[in-house]
Amino acid sequence: MLNMIKRFLEMLFPWNNNANSRSHAKSRLQLIIAHDRASINPDIMEAMRKEILDVVARYVEVDREEMKFSLSNDQRMTSLTANLPIRQVKRIGDPKKQLKEDSSLDLPKIEIVELDREANANANAQSK
Amino acid sequence: MSRIIVVTSGKGGVGKTTTTSNLGAALAKHNRSVALIDADFGLRNLDLLLGLEERVVYTAIDVLAGECRLAQALVKDKRLKGLVLLPAAQNRNKESVQPEQMKKIATALAKGYDYILIDCPAGIELGFRNAISAAEEALIVTTPEVAAVRDADRVIGLLEAEGVNKISLIVNRVKPLMVEENKMMSVEDVLELLGVPLIGVVPDDEKVIVATNRGEPLVLGDIESVPAKAYSNIARRLEGEKVPFLDLMANQGNILSRLRRMFGG
Repeated sequence: MLNMIKRFLEMLFPWNNNANSRSHAKSRLQLIIAHDRASINPDIMEAMRKEILDVVARYVEVDREEMKFSLSNDQRMTSLTANLPIRQVKRIGDPKKQLKEDSSLDLPKIEIVELDREANANANAQSK
Repeated sequence: MSRIIVVTSGKGGVGKTTTTSNLGAALAKHNRSVALIDADFGLRNLDLLLGLEERVVYTAIDVLAGECRLAQALVKDKRLKGLVLLPAAQNRNKESVQPEQMKKIATALAKGYDYILIDCPAGIELGFRNAISAAEEALIVTTPEVAAVRDADRVIGLLEAEGVNKISLIVNRVKPLMVEENKMMSVEDVLELLGVPLIGVVPDDEKVIVATNRGEPLVLGDIESVPAKAYSNIARRLEGEKVPFLDLMANQGNILSRLRRMFGG
């Protein structure tokens, strides 16, 4: 009897069911269509992801576990969205100078710069 | 000036041929001269849906081989003045024709008819390239299902790459009750995903199957039926008329779902 009432209620108020296959279909399609349109193969996508990350990592410390790269589209325009949660902004002295010196993607250099900064800070403290 | 329009979808079984036959008939009813080309070589069906299968003598292949003149191969529809069909060969495959040849036929027909509608085969191989070779415009037929929408998007991309930029969308087999219950994507959902302008919405209706059983386009039967109106409206929109889209929810469902609508808004 309870079951019957439940079924009747479900028939009357179908939105109570959490099975919303309509939005499921739509979100799946959004993803797959974006990939179809971009037609970037996974290797290239991975290489691009790595390079973007390396560039960003020169300036900020990115949470590599939480970051997300995704393709999406809107009105026949496909876009790449990178969501990179920042843990910490690296306080690099002069960004322009930094760019010149660091034209390669050599990460250890940044650490050197940071060490330099610390040394500078120490030097400053000392000078005071 | 005549218009060469390809009806295509990528995926098979979404209603390309049904759409071509009904639009052809609807345009002819609006006093336009229309030539329908069946580009589905080896799997021709347009003749069947139009009820003209017994009158096919020559096919496009015969025209290309020089075995008959183009005018001889055209099957005239006796019910609708101005509607003719150029049948596809059934005993050949899609590789027996080249895009250049299809283009020649379509442009030759364009001299004598207001509309040339090309019924494209499923897929994106040579048959597809043949069908779109002469087209200046495209009608994309899709249904609110994942596979059909994905394939439609792929085909839109290919058409754009080929320089066919006037693309309109027909969403076929819409089940308004399922949409309302969030069990099917709505026309708006599909539009948002595909990003091409809408030219028609056709409901999933038994009358469409009954009409194909008879080989009689819907506009020749009860013109007040919802699917017949839907096709007639697409024809009018092709003609440049501004026609509002049908309210598919009107008179839908049983007493229970109507009650639900009353309460649920």
